[in-house]
Order: sequence, then structure tokens, then C-alpha cells
Amino acid sequence: MTEGLIGQERPLVTISLRVNGEPVEAVIEPRELLLDFLRDRLGLMGAKRSCDTQVCGACTVLLDDLPVSACCTLAYEARGREVLTIEGLAQDGALHPLQQAFIEHTAVQCGFCTSGMILTARSLLQDHPRPTRQEIRHYLKGNLCRCTGYWNILKAVESVAGSGRQRGRVGEEAT
Amino acid sequence: MLGIFQIHEPDSIEEASSLLKEYGYEAAVYAGGTELLLVMKEKLAHYSHLVNIKTIPGLDEISFDPEARTLRIGALTTHRQLEHSSLIAEHAPLLAEMESTVGNVRVRAMGTIGGNLCFAEPHSDPATLLLAWDAVLEVGSDEARRRIPIADFLLGMFETALQPGEILIDVHLQLLPANAAGAYRKFSTHERPTATVAALLQLEQGVIADARLAVGSVGPAAFRAKEAEEMLRGQQPQEELIASAAESASRAADPVDDLHGSAEYKRHLVRVLAAEALDLAARRAQAEVDYD
Ligand SMILES: Cc1cc2nc3c(=O)[nH]c(=O)nc-3n(C[C@H](O)[C@H](O)[C@H](O)COP(=O)(O)OP(=O)(O)OC[C@H]3O[C@@H](n4cnc5c(N)ncnc54)[C@H](O)[C@@H]3O)c2cc1C
Ligand code: FES
Ligand code: FES
Repeated sequence: MTEGLIGQERPLVTISLRVNGEPVEAVIEPRELLLDFLRDRLGLMGAKRSCDTQVCGACTVLLDDLPVSACCTLAYEARGREVLTIEGLAQDGALHPLQQAFIEHTAVQCGFCTSGMILTARSLLQDHPRPTRQEIRHYLKGNLCRCTGYWNILKAVESVAGSGRQRGRVGEEAT
Repeated sequence: MLGIFQIHEPDSIEEASSLLKEYGYEAAVYAGGTELLLVMKEKLAHYSHLVNIKTIPGLDEISFDPEARTLRIGALTTHRQLEHSSLIAEHAPLLAEMESTVGNVRVRAMGTIGGNLCFAEPHSDPATLLLAWDAVLEVGSDEARRRIPIADFLLGMFETALQPGEILIDVHLQLLPANAAGAYRKFSTHERPTATVAALLQLEQGVIADARLAVGSVGPAAFRAKEAEEMLRGQQPQEELIASAAESASRAADPVDDLHGSAEYKRHLVRVLAAEALDLAARRAQAEVDYD
């Protein structure tokens, strides 16, 4: 089938979901990507497009609390589910502890990776409130920071996980 | 942007299968979509009908049959489920260990074991381990069901034994006997693995009663290093023997030069990883070390 032929039938689906706690209903084409849905329809610009191939994590959002690449996920997949983007993390004007920690540890440089990093970390901490350094590294492995600020990102996540002091200072381990 | 397509939501394998037959080359099974959507985004292929098998109930379940000592893993089980399942941790910790290294957290959350095997991308962790494990795959259509040993399912690069209208339903794994253990080793420079090796060894009074060694990711499809397996059987797992078996596996590999590395480099990797995997499997079988 050729794309965009005049008169070609465009199938539509109606989806209802919650985005950052708010109910949303929309009529979309099944081919619409979650990232475009969030950015172009809802104006939520926190999730970024970079690699567009599930590698970098700049587009990470949480779908029912699990991190997914919005660049390669159909908006259709979010029907009946809960999407959390970075815009929904602060509560009543107070930053989430992870957001606060990223500021305090200067874990943000250009900021392009930051929303993905924070959401991925939030998903980890929800499952494992006290992860080891190894677990944090394993979980964040698929989120790339091209400013290479990994050290401070690790420290910021550890400070919230409460594992920083418990397990020695950052840098004491070989890996 | 993706081309235009319609999504179908079947309730059963039979319905999904008849949709696939009805639309033929225009249709594709859509599971987690992690491979399919990439292919369609890159315009390598286009399907105007996606058959979403996630609307079929029960395909994402893991169950254990204590009589037969088999695990049944639904095709839609995600890598993440396998990484965290308590049944898998108890009965097949090696599988969980391997699964925790697939891609990244996002790919593991969406990507399914069935999608991985059916896509038959050569750089596959599950294909390598499950080949060593002699997993059996159950596939079905609107007409019949059949079971295929994984060695006969994975035919080559992006090529499987699935017939038109057939869907992978589940993966059956026979638990290893108490005196057997396995190890999995991989090396990656990119997101997907460059070389993967799985070793399973059964030891009786210090002698290798059964050996299974699979090598993947370096060539078009994962393969069993049969000559190495022969060399190991009936012997004690000593360093020189393991080194020669690893050498044999490396010779048997048919690596290709690509972005992951030269063929020569990959042969080297196979030798190193096979020796490590065999050594660790032997020590685990003798209960010297546990799974991670
Ligand atoms: C960035 C990235 C990194 C990755 N890293 C790794 C890695 O390190 N190791 C590794 O092993 N893999 C890796 N993968 C591959 C990953 O494991 C697969 O993408 C995933 O498991 C595919 O499952 P899916 O459900 O998303 O499949 P889909 O994309 O939905 O489907 C894949 C193909 O299989 C067909 N299909 C799916 N399910 C069935 C079924 N039940 N019956 C019949 N046909 C079916 C579809 O029609 C399609 O052709 C990576 C992928 C990405 C994108
Ligand atoms: S933009 Fe989605 S993972 Fe990179
Ligand atoms: S802060 Fe710039 S990419 Fe991470």
C-alpha cells in the first residue's frame, strides 16, 4: 500500500487513557507514535526525540510505571493505561526528590537526557527502594547522556535511594 | 513517520491465524512491536494490517508442571517478566540471568520472547541459550498445532520454520537435572550482542555425562558446537579439555565481518566466551558456585 494516496482510507481508533493523572480521550490513526501524541497533541515537550530507535532513552516515559521508548511505541498501546511524563512528576508545585537531587548534584548539563534519566530512575526506585550501585547502573544502562554526566547522575540517584552512604562513596568500586 | 495501517484485535489464535491468511503479505503479527515498528519506520517493509496478538488472553503466562518438570513460557512473555518472575528464578535462574542482559529496560519492558525468536535476528541472546537448552516451541494456526524443536525452528537470518498463518504460542523448557548446570556469556559493543555462548553440562561423579554448547550472534544463526560437545562427553572438565572444546567451537563458527567486528575477532571472542561458559557451568554443576 502506498502512503498518502488521495482517497486512501485512513483507519482511526479512539483511545482513552490517563496522562499525568488527567483523563485524555482522542481519535488517532493507529500509526501515531506515543512521542508525537504527547508532544504534538498534548504539548508535553519533556520527552525528546533523538535516536528514534530505542537506544538512547531521551524519549522515555512511564507506561503503567514501566519505562518505554515513546519514539517506538504506538499511542494506541496507551489505551486504557496510565502515562507519566516528566511534567507529571512534581506534586503541588514541589519537585520530586529525584528532580531535586539532580539539581543538587549538578546532574543536568544540556538537559536533553534528563527527563528520561529521572523517569527511568523513578521506575527503578518504585520497584527497589534501596538498589545497589550495580542495580542502578544496570537499570540506567539504556539511557545515554551525550554530555557524559553519568557520574553526577549516579550520585543523584544514589542520594535518593539512600544507598550512597551505606555502600561507600561513589568511585570506590572498580566497575 | 509510519505508513498507514489498520490494527486487528483477535480474541484467539484461530482468529489471528485466519486474519493473517486473509491479508497474506499485507499482514504481520504485532506483539511488542520493538522490531516490527523499527522495520516499518525504516521503510524496510510495510504491512497494512497489524494483527495485535496481545488481545488474545493467556499468551503472556509462565507456568510450571512439577510432574513433567517443564516450564511453559507464553510467546508474549516480556523479557522483563522473565527477568523478574519468581517461577523462573526458582526453576531456571540461568534464563533470568540471560534475560536481564537483553537490550535495555525499555526493550525488556515491551519486547517479548516470542517476538525475539520469530524475528530471528542473528544477534539474539534467547536464541543462543534456548538452543543449548533444546527448547521446544509450540506453534499453531486456525487448522492445527505442532511442536518444533528450536534447532528446527531457527533456520537462518530472519528465517524461521513458521508457515503462513502460523503463530508461536509458547516455549517449553525441560528443567535441567539436579547434577547439571549452565552458564551464559556474551560480549557486546553495540546494543545487541556481538557474540553469545551458552553451555550446559551434566556431571556424574566428576565426569561430563552430557554437554551442550551453543554459539550465537556471530553468524547468520545460532548453532550447536557438536564436535566440542563430543569432545567433552565422558571426560573430566579440566582446563585443557575446556580449552580444546572452546577452540573447536570457535573453528565451527561461521562469523561475518560487520560493524560488530571482523570475523577473526569474533572467532577469538567465541573461543574466550566458550571457555568461560564451560568453566563456569562445570563449577556450577559441582555446586562450587551459584547463579548470579
Ligand atoms: C534497541 C534494541 C536492543 C536490543 N537488544 C537486544 C539484545 O541485547 N539481545 C537480544 O536478544 N535482543 C535484543 N533486541 C531484540 C529484542 O529482544 C526484540 O526486539 C524483542 O524481543 C522482539 O519482541 P516484540 O514482541 O517486540 O516483537 P515484534 O516487533 O512485535 O515482532 C517481531 C517479529 O516477529 C513476529 N512475531 C512476533 N510475535 C510472534 C508470534 N508469537 N508468532 C509469530 N510471529 C510473531 C512479528 O510479526 C515480527 O515480524 C533489541 C531490540 C532493540 C530495539
Ligand atoms: S529517541 Fe527513543 S530511544 Fe532514543
Ligand atoms: S545532560 Fe546533556 S545529554 Fe545528558
